[in-house]
Amino acid sequence: MNISRRTLLGTAAAVATVPAISRRARAASTIKIGVLNDMSGPYRDTSGPTSLICAKQAALEFGNKGFDVEILSADHQNKPDVGAAIARQWYDRDGVDLVLDVPNSAVGLAVSAVSKEKNKAYVNCGAGSSALTGTQCSPAMIHYVYDTYMLGKSTGGATVRAGGDTWYFLTADYAFGHQLQDDATRFIVAEKGKILGSSAYPFPNTTDYSSFLLQAQSTGAKVLGLCNAGSDTVNSIKQAHEFGLKMKIAALLMFVTDVHALGLGTAGGLMLSESFYWDLNDRTRAFTNRVKSKTPNNWPNMAHAGNYSATLHFLKAVADMGVAEAKKSGIGIINRMKKMPVDDDCYQGNIREDGRALFPSHLFQVKTPAQSKGPWDYYNLISTTSGPDSYRPLADDHCSFIKS
Amino acid sequence: MLGFSRPQAAAFLVMTILVIAGPFVLYPIFLMKVLCVALFACAFNLLIGYVGLMSFGHAAYYGMGAYVAAYAAKGWGLSPEIAILLGTLTGAALGTVFGWLAIRRQGIYFAMITLALAQMAYFFCVQAPFTHGEDGIQQIPRGRLFGLFSLNSDMAMYALVAVLFLAVFLLIHRIIHSPFGQVLKAIRENEPRAISLGYRTDDYKLIAFILSAGIAGLAGGAKALVFGIATLTDVHFSTSGGIVLITLLGGLGTVFGPVMGAVIYTSMENYLAQFGSWVTVTQGVIFVVCVLAFRRGIIGELAARLRIAL
Repeated sequence: MNISRRTLLGTAAAVATVPAISRRARAASTIKIGVLNDMSGPYRDTSGPTSLICAKQAALEFGNKGFDVEILSADHQNKPDVGAAIARQWYDRDGVDLVLDVPNSAVGLAVSAVSKEKNKAYVNCGAGSSALTGTQCSPAMIHYVYDTYMLGKSTGGATVRAGGDTWYFLTADYAFGHQLQDDATRFIVAEKGKILGSSAYPFPNTTDYSSFLLQAQSTGAKVLGLCNAGSDTVNSIKQAHEFGLKMKIAALLMFVTDVHALGLGTAGGLMLSESFYWDLNDRTRAFTNRVKSKTPNNWPNMAHAGNYSATLHFLKAVADMGVAEAKKSGIGIINRMKKMPVDDDCYQGNIREDGRALFPSHLFQVKTPAQSKGPWDYYNLISTTSGPDSYRPLADDHCSFIKS
Repeated sequence: MLGFSRPQAAAFLVMTILVIAGPFVLYPIFLMKVLCVALFACAFNLLIGYVGLMSFGHAAYYGMGAYVAAYAAKGWGLSPEIAILLGTLTGAALGTVFGWLAIRRQGIYFAMITLALAQMAYFFCVQAPFTHGEDGIQQIPRGRLFGLFSLNSDMAMYALVAVLFLAVFLLIHRIIHSPFGQVLKAIRENEPRAISLGYRTDDYKLIAFILSAGIAGLAGGAKALVFGIATLTDVHFSTSGGIVLITLLGGLGTVFGPVMGAVIYTSMENYLAQFGSWVTVTQGVIFVVCVLAFRRGIIGELAARLRIAL
């Protein structure tokens, strides 16, 4: 058989276009989810690869209901401009339907602005700022796992009720730290506690907290409130422990993964709040059993569980609407998600119209090494606050798209 | 024309065609980022490549330019050309003060003074209420150019950024190849001799410093409008470090080097984002390879190989 060069080239070109065509055909029925978080910095353990694993687990369990699910991931390097640029590119060019996770409040807010501009769905699981559903709220966003208001109310309020009525704050000197301090102060004062002082330290890159700790102790306050996150929290607790600080420590934002990093010898006795703990009930244990082999050194915390739950809830909403309808408007999917109750192994509850997910919050005390019976057996449950009571009332949001 | 040699004119032509054709092939926002970073790198290169002044604090001018342009566009509702102009003036004003202090010392001391002053600018931005600290200024409107053309479409914004970039590139080229630029190069080669020839080198260095800082401010202002965000990243010293890397990678003291460096650096940041921590590792490796293997940078090495000036 004679094959001319032209035929050969023509055939090759035709063959080359086939995958392109089929890829395009498939793209119309593929739902893409982008997990955007910190893969290399201080929030790698609290979000990072485990968030991605949890989102993939949700897609796996959801299965194929008439559309494919593809999950992308990227590192925002804790820079708002990098995060916003990636989100913009995902929405514009890569046809991503949902951006997920986004720890670091500054990046979280920047991505929210992009999702609103592009009318694309966005669920935040990792960031804390209560401004996400407050002054900077967006109809295209859901804030899923926790916020500074919930932390201040749960940890701050409970610590005062337990007798810790005089406080000294150690605060990371930036927007998130101050917001956490303000939110906590409100509840401490409401419970008739007193603030004896506070130290704001330069953020980031402060690693020596000794002078602040001594200053805190000299005021005679009973409680040291830590308004910081990630490795700052871990470092300040370590140093307080080494100093033999005679104050009770309330870490206002701390995850089970941070406790793991500190070790129970140092962290034992701390009070903290999360909306999820793997050993809470049969359903949470079943979920953890399914994923822990995939992330053996970093079991899911509340943010990771949030990624699982949010992915599942989003996919249910898409299946409910139909892919074509879901692709039309991000606000449309978000509205549908708000109408449907969340019910999975990690979270159960409703999503309020301002985008605040109302899941119960739990106050935990970290176990001492003697109390801990197995790997990751870290928390004693002290109390649980119902979802609607945990978060800021809608009337105090000052959210622009909610008609009062 | 404009002091272009024939290879330079050819290279400029190729670059112009790429700038024009680019947005039809690649993602325009990414290209705008490349152009803003390239502008910034050209500004930095003007100082280190042609005067031999190693500034370690260029992020201050870039970042403050971004903040002021952002605030002008969002807070005061000014039109984009005024916002960018204010950003440029901020960079130049800051450069005047910092430069006036820094040029009194040389070498490592000069670098340290610029770094220290830039850190002061950084902490100012952390604390000043108008920058919103960690959150930065977000949702900056692109507005209407001269009150006429809406810049909301990416292509319109791209046209503005491309024109700015090409104009400033030509301006820098003109500066370098003017008698003023010749004096700068003389200072770079041998400052005492330039003084003995009767040049007031401090004045020349200060003017070059102000020009460089002003262009950095312009790049920052344009960047703020493109992305609608101005943050602490822009003033952070890692941005100053990044710009040194870009310039070294592309080729110190070549006109096209910083542009090439910006293309490579930004592409890495962009396309490697999905590999997480590998971005920083790769950047480090490339820097080491560049310093060890081709010290003149990509364009510098190419120019040396072809025996032309680029």
